[in-house]
Amino acid sequence: MVLTEEINRILASSENRGWVLEPDAKNILSQAGLYVPEFRFAKTLEQALEGAAVIGYPLAAKIVSPKALHKSDVGGVAVGLENDDQLKEVFERFSRFEEFMGVHIEAMAEGLELIIGAKIDPQFGPVILMGIGGTSVEIYQDTAIRMPPLTPAEVQCMVDSLQARRLLYGYRGKPAVNMDKLTETLIGFSMLVVEMADHIESIDLNPVMCNADACVIADARIMLK
Amino acid sequence: MDLERLLKPKRVAVVGVSTSKENHPANVIFKKLMLRYPVEVHGVNPRGGEVQGWPLYESLSSLPVVPDMVIIATQASLVPKIMEECIRLKAGGALVMGGGFAEIGNTDLQNRILSIAEEADFPFLGPNCLGIFAPGRIDTLFLPGERMQQPPQGGVAIVSQSGALLVDLLVKFANRGIGVSQGISIGNKAMIREISLLNYLAADPDTYVIVFYVEGFSENEGAKFIAAARQCKKPVVVMKSGKSEEGTRAVSSHTASIAGDYRVFSEVLAQHGIVEAKNENELLAYSEVLSVYPRNIRGNVGIITISGGHGAVATDFLAARGMSVPQISPEVHKRIKNRLSPSVKDIAILNNPVDLTGSAVDEDFIVSYDEMTHAPEFDALLMLVLPYSPGLSVDLGAKVSNPSRKRVKPLVAYIPHVEKYQIFIEGFELNRVPVSDSIEGAVMMLDGMRRYRSWF
Repeated sequence: MVLTEEINRILASSENRGWVLEPDAKNILSQAGLYVPEFRFAKTLEQALEGAAVIGYPLAAKIVSPKALHKSDVGGVAVGLENDDQLKEVFERFSRFEEFMGVHIEAMAEGLELIIGAKIDPQFGPVILMGIGGTSVEIYQDTAIRMPPLTPAEVQCMVDSLQARRLLYGYRGKPAVNMDKLTETLIGFSMLVVEMADHIESIDLNPVMCNADACVIADARIMLK
Repeated sequence: MDLERLLKPKRVAVVGVSTSKENHPANVIFKKLMLRYPVEVHGVNPRGGEVQGWPLYESLSSLPVVPDMVIIATQASLVPKIMEECIRLKAGGALVMGGGFAEIGNTDLQNRILSIAEEADFPFLGPNCLGIFAPGRIDTLFLPGERMQQPPQGGVAIVSQSGALLVDLLVKFANRGIGVSQGISIGNKAMIREISLLNYLAADPDTYVIVFYVEGFSENEGAKFIAAARQCKKPVVVMKSGKSEEGTRAVSSHTASIAGDYRVFSEVLAQHGIVEAKNENELLAYSEVLSVYPRNIRGNVGIITISGGHGAVATDFLAARGMSVPQISPEVHKRIKNRLSPSVKDIAILNNPVDLTGSAVDEDFIVSYDEMTHAPEFDALLMLVLPYSPGLSVDLGAKVSNPSRKRVKPLVAYIPHVEKYQIFIEGFELNRVPVSDSIEGAVMMLDGMRRYRSWF
């Protein structure tokens, strides 16, 4: 795969900021054939309500602002919104934030929270990370790191090297993660990373919601060089 | 870059031999090479003169021969001129021993000698290095030979950024009786770096395993090292220092925070079947076993012992390193039982571990090994030998190594290393069965094979 015009345009326009805004990041991933929840970037409340009507509740809403790299740290994430009233309240709250550009609204995804990441290592070049995701990812550090290109066998080996691998194979009545989709996601992502290696510093896809049917990237942070 | 003459020299010049200072590095090396090694050696001192009866030459140009290796043991500022002379004379390469270069911030001088050498495609080791030690062949280490315990000649090549750590490792290899083809100290590694030596040693007929003691790689050099190691048909073992991260670097993503320099290093090496040794014990165990069995196992280990306690300890160590101890099939069980000696037949516990009991004699070990080495459920075997058991003879190793010679399945052994049992140990080791003095060490050896992956 070569980088599409759209991806190049987004990377160029984000260069000065040093990172890619959520709707742009989701666009890049979607262009690369990866699964992201259906989303809208709403600059006005009307656009948000229109978008919500198409996607349907429950929804997640995230602030879009060049000042909000760590969205949850600044109170810029609301999940499980059930109706127009709640969306309206969140939109108004977010709109008071510094350099507010709009609200990213998207469908809620469910499943096991994984992290899929990438980093350009000074000694080894691009490397891909996969493991147990969520907000405590740095506490448990239950992850595997590999150099691309990844193969299905290598992905299997990454999964099996996790302490918490049983969670992926279905634990206490929960269905197993769809391994084909996870493999597809990791391989597709690793190809994108190799293509973008000159532009990026690191990427967090966290969480990636994995269930029996799909792996959906719920949040994406792309840090540029 | 052709390293053959530099690393396998027949004619050596030592520049900087002193007529007054007997302990000058150049003098130590000059004298050692003169007295002990099968190389032609000439000393150089700009003022001429002689040292202990040997005449010194005033310059490299006045030598009667063109040297393959020029050992430059002078102060740093003189090195560029000497290197130019080496190039003019078409010497094979140089070894720049002295410091005073990049390690103290004098990168200009280092870059100057590097560009002189690069322009002429003239290989040099260092600067700031101890050079090379190859048993029976060459030794440029700046220490009197008698102060060092020297490893025997063998199949392990060691490349180390630190010279002092190389000497330490050589002593430890000597203590364990592990043979070494050569140890090379690369110091500031201005020109000859890990990758060029990896490529050279990959083709060196005396080397079976290549060991690196690495502090770090330069930008993207790690990726190239991995590519070269994958091309190499010999096992590569790496130990890294400087594993602790500089914790101050601000990182803006979880991935960058988790995937620190060392974690990436460790995991990508493992991904490519390069064997990382986390400490010296692992380094020694992995080097020894891979020089005998340069192959991969999955780690399904059959254990033969005369003590249930030892078997249980070994089982725990194997499990902790991700290996397994599969059950013996009923057929193999039956075949072993039929061949055991009468005193053992009815009391031996033929599960895995196979406990032959204290009544076992040599033949019982041989029979068990012979049957288990052909059983598909195992891909390696571990023998726990307690030499104080009255039924065992000092010939056990020699006898049991016959089937292992066929290389059906790799065999390693544990024997307590005390002087009294040396003849037991030699019976195994001289017949190419690696022996460890601890059960954990024997398990480490098996783990070395499990970690190794050949791409051919």
